[in-house]
Amino acid sequence: MPGENKILYGIGVSPGFAIGRACLVNKKKVKAQKHIFLQKEDISKEVERFKKAVLMAVNDLEQVKTLIPEKYREQSHIVDAYILLAKDIMIYDTTCSKIMDENINAEWALLKCIEDIREMFANIDDDYLKSRIHDVKYVSEHIMNNLTGKEEQSLEKLNGRYIIVADDLSPIDTARLHVGETMAFITSLGGKTSHTAIVARAFEIPAIVGLENVIQEINDNELLILDGATGMVIVDPDSDTLQKYYEQQERFEAYSARIVRESHLPAETTDHYRINVMANVELLEEVVSVIDRGAEGIGLYRTEFLYMNNKELPSEDELYSDYREIAEIIYPKINTIRTLDIGGDKFAAHLFPDTETNPAMGLRAIRFCLRERGIFKTQLRAILRASSICKNINLMFPMISGVNEIRQAKSVLEEVKNDLRQENQPFDEDMKIGLLIEVPSAMVIADLLAREVDFFSIGTNDLIQYSLAIDRVNKNVAHLYDPLHPAVLRMIRQIVDAGHNQGIPVTICGEMAGEPMYVPILLGLGLDGLSMNPFSVPRVKKIIRQISMAQAKLFLDDISLLSTASDVNKYLLENVVPLFPDDFPTYKVSSILD
Amino acid sequence: MKQEILNTFTIVNELGLHARAASKLVQLAEKFQSEIKFLKGESEVDAKSILGLLTLACMKGTQIQVKAIGRDAESAIEQIGRLIGDKFGEGR
Repeated sequence: MPGENKILYGIGVSPGFAIGRACLVNKKKVKAQKHIFLQKEDISKEVERFKKAVLMAVNDLEQVKTLIPEKYREQSHIVDAYILLAKDIMIYDTTCSKIMDENINAEWALLKCIEDIREMFANIDDDYLKSRIHDVKYVSEHIMNNLTGKEEQSLEKLNGRYIIVADDLSPIDTARLHVGETMAFITSLGGKTSHTAIVARAFEIPAIVGLENVIQEINDNELLILDGATGMVIVDPDSDTLQKYYEQQERFEAYSARIVRESHLPAETTDHYRINVMANVELLEEVVSVIDRGAEGIGLYRTEFLYMNNKELPSEDELYSDYREIAEIIYPKINTIRTLDIGGDKFAAHLFPDTETNPAMGLRAIRFCLRERGIFKTQLRAILRASSICKNINLMFPMISGVNEIRQAKSVLEEVKNDLRQENQPFDEDMKIGLLIEVPSAMVIADLLAREVDFFSIGTNDLIQYSLAIDRVNKNVAHLYDPLHPAVLRMIRQIVDAGHNQGIPVTICGEMAGEPMYVPILLGLGLDGLSMNPFSVPRVKKIIRQISMAQAKLFLDDISLLSTASDVNKYLLENVVPLFPDDFPTYKVSSILD
Repeated sequence: MKQEILNTFTIVNELGLHARAASKLVQLAEKFQSEIKFLKGESEVDAKSILGLLTLACMKGTQIQVKAIGRDAESAIEQIGRLIGDKFGEGR
C-alpha cells in the first residue's frame, strides 16, 4: 500500500536526516530452516557443504579485520574471538557428527548444535560469560547464511543510499558500515550509551536504536524518512510528506552549514553579555568535532567509557594518556573531567555482584568511589598527572548529596596529591575542583556546598529525575519528565544564586542546556556556562548572539509567574520562537507541540 | 615419545577466563600437537575450544587442572602455565 505514512519512534542517538530505502540485515526471522533427512550417499556431500560454509565465514571475518580503521584496532580482538568461535570444535565437529550420525541436513544439525550450546551458557552464573551466547549466535548466523546460500549481504559493499535496519549491530558491523558510508541505521536493541550509538555519533551517521521489533515493522526496500535527533522514522511516506522532508532536509543542511560556519563567533548577547558554551564529551574521537563546532571548552567529560568498554579495569597509564591527549587537543580551552559516575555492577559485575533493586539511588558515582578507594585513587592520580601538562583540567565530583561527601572526596584527592608530591610527580596545584548538583538535597544546601568548591555544575538530567521522582526509562511516567516544570526553574535559580553569593561560577550540563528554545530562560537565570551535546553548540550560540540579556530577563520575569510546565512551553512558543524564524523551522515547533 | 602431564594452576587475573583471555589460550594451545584438556570439578573441556573454555566459567581464584597428552606435552603445560601466571598479558 503506497503512502502509508506509518510513524515509528525509537531512541535518536546520532542526529541528522536521512531519506532512503531500507536494507534489512539479519533477516533471520524470515527464513525458516528446512529439516531434511538425507540419503546415505548424500551425507559426505552435506558435510563438505557445511565445512565450506564455515571456511567462508572464517574468510569473511579475516577480511573484516583488515577493514577496521586504525584507531579502532584495539577492538580487533573481538574479531579474533569470532574466528575462533567459527572454527570451534564444539560447533564444527559436533555439527559434522550430527549430520553423519542423525542423517540430517547441515542447517538442521547446526541449529541443534547451537541449541545445546545455548543451554550450556544458560547454566553459567556469571552475567558476562552468559552473554557471550550473543557472539555464538552472531557467528552461527553467519555460517547459516552461507549454508542457505542467501546472497551474502556484505555491509561494506552497500552503496551509500541505504538505511540499514537490523536487530542489532555488533562492533564489527559498525566498522563495516562506516566503510560503506551508509546513510543511517536503525536497530531494535541498544540504548543511548551503547557502543553502537557512541560510534555512530563519532562517525556522524544518523542513527536510531531501541526501536522495538523494527525488523517486523519495516520491509526491505521500503522508503524511509529518518530523523536521528528525535528518533522518529516515517515508513512509506506519501508524496506530500516526502516533499516536505526533502525541503526540510535541504533547509537543515543549509542551516547546519551556515551555523557551523558561524560557530566560531563568540556566544555574546546583543548587549555584550558573554556566556560560556561548552560541549559534553564521551570519547577522545569526539574532541576534534567539538572544536569544529565552536565549543568553548568541554563542560563535561564522561569518564565511564574506558571502564565500560573493557572487561578489565583501565590502568592508571591508560587513563592518564587518554586525559592527557584530550587536554592537549582542547588546549587552551578547559576540559572538565567528571570522576566515575557509575556503579561497579556496570563494568565489573564479577567484582561487585550485588544486584540493586534501584540502582539510580544505589551504590554509584561518588558513593561507589568512596567505598572503592583503590579504583577512585587510580583515576584521581591519572587526572592529576594529566593536569600538569597544559594546566587546563577542571575536576568535578558527581552525585554529591551533602557536605561530608564532598569533604571526603576532597580529602582522598589530598591524599593522592601528597603521594604524587612524594614521588615527585608533577600536577597542577591550582586545578579547580567542582561538584555536580544533581541530588535535591545538594540543591537545598547549595549555599553550604558553595564554600567547599571552586565551581558548580548542575546535572539537570538527574536533578529533574530525582526531584520530580520520575524514572525516565519507565514508559508509564516518562512523559511527566519536564525541564520546564516551575520547580526545576526555581531550583536552578536557587543554585545560581547560592553559587554567585559565594563568588563561584555555575554552569549546566544536562540535555536541557542544548535545547535552543530554553536559551533565553537559561540566560535570564544568570548561568555562567552551558554544556551540551556537541551538535547543539552552533545553534545555541547563534540564538545567544541574536538576543539581549535585558530581553532574556524580561522573558524570565514573565515565566516566573506561570504555574505549569505547559504554560511555560506555550509562552516560549508564542513569545520566543517567533523571534527566531530561521532557527525554529516549523517541524521543530510541531514536534514540541505534540 | 608420547607423554601425559597433569598440572594444577590458579587463575589469577582479575577477570578470570573471559573472551580475550580464552582466545589467547586457544591460540596458544593450537600450536601444540598434544591433546590438551582443562578440568574443573566434574567438567572437562578441550583447550583448543574457546566455547569449552568459556563455558567452564573460571573466575579469579578458580583452580583448574591442565592435562596434556602427546609428544610436546611438557612444553604445552609449561607455556600454558606461564600464560595463566602472566595474567594473560593483562598486567594486573
